[in-house]
Amino acid sequence: MAAEFELTDQMLATVGVESEPWPVELTTTSVRAFARGVGYSDPRYYDLDAAAAAGHDSLPAPPCYLGTPVFIPGQSDPTFSGPRNAGPSVRHGLKGLLDGGTEVHYERPLKAGDKLFMTSKISKLEVKESKGLGKMLVVTSEQTFTEQETGDVVMRTYGQAIYY
Amino acid sequence: MPKFDEVKVGDELPPVTKAPDRAQLVLYCAGSGDFNPLHWDQSFEQARQIGDNIVHGRMKWSTLGQLVSDWVGASGWVKSVACQYRGMDLQGTPWQAKGVVADKREENGQKLVEVEVWTENDSGQKTTPGRAVVVLDT
Repeated sequence: MAAEFELTDQMLATVGVESEPWPVELTTTSVRAFARGVGYSDPRYYDLDAAAAAGHDSLPAPPCYLGTPVFIPGQSDPTFSGPRNAGPSVRHGLKGLLDGGTEVHYERPLKAGDKLFMTSKISKLEVKESKGLGKMLVVTSEQTFTEQETGDVVMRTYGQAIYY
Repeated sequence: MPKFDEVKVGDELPPVTKAPDRAQLVLYCAGSGDFNPLHWDQSFEQARQIGDNIVHGRMKWSTLGQLVSDWVGASGWVKSVACQYRGMDLQGTPWQAKGVVADKREENGQKLVEVEVWTENDSGQKTTPGRAVVVLDT
């Protein structure tokens, strides 16, 4: 818990710096694995015939499935599976971490067969104060997903990490 | 399946009830790529401090997506899902995802329905409040 905490120039310099693009895939197997993990029983997310009967030419991606980042040992995070180099990190020295929230916006429905690139950046740094946790650093990050072939943006996600 | 003209503000979505145990959380780890031991390893220090493994926040977020996906079915698609994480749910404890229609509008030729969504534990505490927007075909 921090009694005092201030944003430094080094911290503020990380805002808006975009990471290198990282490949993200959606496959029939990865869609099924995600649907199974969430606990769906809707056959559209598992069975190509059921998906076709609902008007899809492949398995549709369930909402909140953000695709699977290609895993490369040494370059990918072994715990969270995303790229290790997701842009500059904020050197804040705070030990506690809470997940504040998550948001996804789709430009179109995603489906198995989509091949995307993801870039990430910090969009906002704020210092807030709570009675229980004292001064907190709220880091809002933004990921943009584009089609590999066309460069069109298909999805944006936003997340808030709270350090205290 | 909902139709735009028939949907009314205040309509309640059929709730989704679940009590994901550790085995289900392992399936979510595999599906999402989030292998944080807080969700599957009882001996992990933070899990010991809390008393058990906890459900991934993003699994609850994804269940809010499931709630609206189950409601819309094949008659549209889910355009956005947002939530905040306000409380933990321990593995194996029951909770529900619920939703109520908050707004409907046409925008850029799309028939949009905005739904207030949340997860709620057995004590009635909303641990994951949020909003979702769906696009309806008709």
